[in-house]
Amino acid sequence: MQESQNIEVPIMADVFAQGREPEYLFWVGCAGAFDDRYKKVARAFVKILTFVGADYAVLGKEETCTGDPARRAGNEMLYQMQALTNIATFDNYKVKKILTICPHCYNIFKNEYPDLGGVYEVVHYTQYLQELIANGTLEMTGELLNDKKITFHDPCYLGRANNIYEAPRAVLKAMDTQHVEMPRHKSFALCCGAGGGQMFKEAETGDKEIFIERTEEALKTGADIIASSCPFCMTMLTDGLKYKNREEEIFNYDIAELVVMALDI
Amino acid sequence: MAKQIIFIITLLITLAIFAYTVRRLYYFFRITKRFPIKNYVKRIVLMFEVSFLQTKIFRKPAIGFLHAMVFWGFCVILLGSMEMVFDGLTGSERAFYTDGLWYKIIFASGDIFALIILFAIFFFIIRRLFFKIKRFAGRELSHKNHIDAYVALSLIFLLMVSLLAMNVFYCVENPVPLKGYYPISSFLAGYLKDMEHESAMILYELSWWWHILLIFLFANILPYSKHFHVFLSVPNTFLSRLDPLGKLPNMDNITKEIKLMMNPETAFATPESGAAVIERFGVKDVEDVTWKNYFDSLCCTQCGRCSSVCPANLTGKKLSPRKVMMDLRARMNQKGPGIIKSGKDFDDQRSLLNDFTTKEEIWACTTCNACAKECPVNINQPTLIVDLRRYLVMEESSAPSGLNMMFTNITNNGAPWQFSPEDRMIWAKDIPQNMKI
Repeated sequence: MQESQNIEVPIMADVFAQGREPEYLFWVGCAGAFDDRYKKVARAFVKILTFVGADYAVLGKEETCTGDPARRAGNEMLYQMQALTNIATFDNYKVKKILTICPHCYNIFKNEYPDLGGVYEVVHYTQYLQELIANGTLEMTGELLNDKKITFHDPCYLGRANNIYEAPRAVLKAMDTQHVEMPRHKSFALCCGAGGGQMFKEAETGDKEIFIERTEEALKTGADIIASSCPFCMTMLTDGLKYKNREEEIFNYDIAELVVMALDI
Repeated sequence: MAKQIIFIITLLITLAIFAYTVRRLYYFFRITKRFPIKNYVKRIVLMFEVSFLQTKIFRKPAIGFLHAMVFWGFCVILLGSMEMVFDGLTGSERAFYTDGLWYKIIFASGDIFALIILFAIFFFIIRRLFFKIKRFAGRELSHKNHIDAYVALSLIFLLMVSLLAMNVFYCVENPVPLKGYYPISSFLAGYLKDMEHESAMILYELSWWWHILLIFLFANILPYSKHFHVFLSVPNTFLSRLDPLGKLPNMDNITKEIKLMMNPETAFATPESGAAVIERFGVKDVEDVTWKNYFDSLCCTQCGRCSSVCPANLTGKKLSPRKVMMDLRARMNQKGPGIIKSGKDFDDQRSLLNDFTTKEEIWACTTCNACAKECPVNINQPTLIVDLRRYLVMEESSAPSGLNMMFTNITNNGAPWQFSPEDRMIWAKDIPQNMKI
């Protein structure tokens, strides 16, 4: 028997007003909040959080850009304004643990906010899921993904930037799926082409787009699903599949979405 | 005695030239900015891993193995060279000789490594000449750079030939009992056993001088060559950035300014007169880089592993992380002497940015850190690229229009896209939770 009801995503200001301090701040990120494709990932992750009964809240309208794209594009002034604003908000809610879906947000909180006085325990959702799988909370018994062939695209800011290669793979391996690697994977992974502010500008002249090069590599593995765990990578790979006219048969899913499918929730 | 005097004179000349080089570099380094070095224990461990275990060179296992053999061989052979210098200075012969096993092991492995290096270098030369290796053909490599590579390789080749010759004639000249053990050379000496003792001795002396003079020459060419990495790689790994690759260095001067701005008491105060020289934001020219950036550029041996994994470079864009390093070194050679002569205000109407590294290159970077991850000697290219961007954005306001739009969006509505912060929770509406009961 199934019972359907809508999830109420807890807002930090409300939870705090009730005198509670949630364990995690779930940082949705601009893509999770505004990008049509990535909104689905934020929703999927919230489903998982609800499923496992996590104690979390989001900032809602108080959330604002971490400053990552500005910083990597050279606008240190704007980055620091954003960072100091965010740190003030976090102080306000006594935030200690931050959960992020975007690796760029993860990286900036973990590595760069400490220089400005913002020190937190930062957890990427793939690490969080890996932990849940390890302690037996998440048992992915759903049959939706049975025997699907999956390849994982390492986001630069998760992989090379922070040496997180195993967490996303551990999550994928806990599903009933086949795993294939691209020739360039883990620390050798090729960037999707969107980092460092590239997402927001035209590419310089060259003989190929980076996202096409990467999509071709992913397609060559013969995978049915290209998994990613970064909003920028998702935009790029989805565009790549469209460019290659393969979007009807090969799908680009975020790991959070795959977990929801595998859990059948 | 005559040999000793000649040796001392050549050594002094060598040292004098080397001192001149070091002095010149010291003044160049003084132009650059500070870069604090802490955590010595961690650095020693890192140096051991990356330099002595060659962990990063092994990211390309086959060619990496050859390089590792050359490196380890050099380390062993260096001990023998030190003995040669000592012998030359004091007139002694094989001064470090002891009866124990160690001397035998070191000299035996030196002898074997000499042959291995000889073959490796021969292969490297052939590979450069006839194999079409893409990373040896970048736009940034001029004819001069290729010559530089061949000169260095040939010198190493000749160094090994002379070392082996020296060992062979030593074996021929001294049938019993040899100081040290020379498996390769004593085997080769077997073919020369009919040689007169006199000629063997002369040939030994000649190859001894040939080898030591080549070492002196090599040492003085290196600092002007891409092969400076022979000296600088080990220290460069010790001086590596210890931060995760994803972390950019904070600009403390900006933090200070924002804090002044945010504090109502200081926001409208007139700045103290002459409080500080206004510092340029970001990097425009050599005086804006840290000494570590410059050290990186000197250490770069133009192997091109960085550019061979750079997504921009791979897809035909102009950006090449190797070029960014080569540009810095070249620009310092161009501007450094002028600054030393005429002081910090020296201006030759050129700059690292634009005249060497162009905007088109800088804006093509995705900050994916593949280059830094790949560099066998832990050079960090992305931080310098971002520093060049910082200058363009904060001093010249000349970012590509898409980025300016992104800046405006973040400033006005707190997201890189044009969405209202009021709409930040729309994603969370109507998420069904079909919990199984």
